Amino acid sequence: MSAALRILEPGLLTTVQDLGRIGYQHLGVPTGGALDPVSLRAANVLVGNDPSEGALEIAYAGPAFVIEADSVNLACAGACASIEVLPRETAVNGIHYSSMQSFRAYRGQVVRIGPASGSSLVYLAVEGGFDIKPVLGSVSTYIRGHIGGWQGRALAKGDALPLRRSATSEREEFRLEGLDLARPSRFRIVLGPQNTRFSERSIKDFLDGEYTIGPATDRMAMHLHGPKLEHIAGHDIVSDGIALGSIQVPGHGDPIVLLADRQTTGGYPKVATVISADLPALGRSRIGDKISFQETSVEEAKQLRRVLLQQIDAIPNRLVRARRSGDDLTACLLTNNLISGIVDAKLGPSVE
Amino acid sequence: MIDYNVLAAGDTALVVDFGNQVDLNVSAKVLALAGRLNDLKIDGVIETVPTIRSLSIYYEPLTVSAIWLERKIADILEHLEESPATGRTCDIPVCYDPELAPDLEQVASQCELNPAQVIEIHSSRTYHVYMIGFLPGLAYLGDLPPELVLPRRTTPRPRIPEGSLGIGGKLTCIYPMATPCGWHLIGRSPMSLWDPTLARGALLRAGDRVRFRPVSLREYWRTCSDGLVAVPRADTSH
Repeated sequence: MSAALRILEPGLLTTVQDLGRIGYQHLGVPTGGALDPVSLRAANVLVGNDPSEGALEIAYAGPAFVIEADSVNLACAGACASIEVLPRETAVNGIHYSSMQSFRAYRGQVVRIGPASGSSLVYLAVEGGFDIKPVLGSVSTYIRGHIGGWQGRALAKGDALPLRRSATSEREEFRLEGLDLARPSRFRIVLGPQNTRFSERSIKDFLDGEYTIGPATDRMAMHLHGPKLEHIAGHDIVSDGIALGSIQVPGHGDPIVLLADRQTTGGYPKVATVISADLPALGRSRIGDKISFQETSVEEAKQLRRVLLQQIDAIPNRLVRARRSGDDLTACLLTNNLISGIVDAKLGPSVE
Repeated sequence: MIDYNVLAAGDTALVVDFGNQVDLNVSAKVLALAGRLNDLKIDGVIETVPTIRSLSIYYEPLTVSAIWLERKIADILEHLEESPATGRTCDIPVCYDPELAPDLEQVASQCELNPAQVIEIHSSRTYHVYMIGFLPGLAYLGDLPPELVLPRRTTPRPRIPEGSLGIGGKLTCIYPMATPCGWHLIGRSPMSLWDPTLARGALLRAGDRVRFRPVSLREYWRTCSDGLVAVPRADTSH
């Protein structure tokens, strides 16, 4: 029998994601991939995978699944979640783990991932990865195009997600300490490419104002509610490319940040683009969160990108051997700087 | 001299913008620039995405700087020659039967034509693929003959079937998958325009040419059941 995770409850929106489908935008295929690639890499590093391996991206509410393999080595990273390993499907009590540590589970055991707290996304990696055939170079699920991942869709009850390994290696368990997943106090943007199609006053309001992340937000687009932007030459343009983090403004004036599953081209003016270093933190923000923006330069954005890539490269250095028992959720929240949720990029961690 | 602007779309993309218009001459420049940049295989350039009016260049700023790229773009555009059309041609069967063309009657009356004339005008020209965008494999084709140029529908449809043939403004397209749509639907193609298992070369690309071949309802259903995929062929006769 082949090794698999059999899904008992799929969670709110659980999809297979890796670092995305690069090089096919000229065919209309979005880059896709993890909304929070930093946490995806962290989850993979915890189980000894290549950081770019496909893992489960879990939004808000986690799945529950049965282990249909002799043993598996698993780890969650990103938002904090209570993870419970139950001895069988009918069991009530199990062993608890938290995000940012690897753990083992055995045939017939049930793993239940609790709700995400602190941010919206949890990544679950499995040692050896999922046995899924890449489509156009990636296993990322692009739901709108029915491409990639598990049958081109989010996981559903009864799915048996195939695993490459039927048993774990002799690898020890690890924890990941001190990975800074705090979000910047203000998300930094570079104005353009169509900022001249908005009134100066409304660009000032956009930069001074505060926005709430709206309920229509999904992997394609983050809908923001706050000060509206005013077009000065109509709200239709001849279609243009859409970069990751582009902030487009349709006729209603509410800005929309385009995320991993965005369409490759579109016909609304884009007032600004969120810088690449701030995109993982934006991707894991929650519906209802308040966010604001700050203008920066391409040069400054490049320096911040360099810092982020250095942090990503240093993730393996943060591994420490773990005790076998689970750790409590508060400790996870504290070590990952998620309780206050906000760290000023210049001042360092804030204290509440 | 070519009039253009290089705009930053954040720190990992540049947009070479030739202006807010649907124009075959603009498209020729966009595609020639894309071709040159792709041929150069510049370290740090990840991908280029041609659109109707601009070229998006995605790059790794820690490998290649925006300033260096801007100079390269200026250099290429200064020496850009009108290159002969290099795209391929693809014949796509389309059924204009009213059963599959919910807006044909209305389009005809808005254009002060009869439906047969709309079909004749629409299918008698070779279209240029301006860009692929919005959905995987969705080709924006132009230019529509001026007699058929209409504004988009006031009320978009929430979902249209795969293969729907739409017209809007100067453009026409076939929708490769079910999607919301604000264009006028005047037919449907039985051929698939999107199959991710195919090699990238088998799918339509910006710069290719498309001809529509009217087919009967019977041929439409027969082709559907064959599961054929539209494959462009390298051929410069047009």
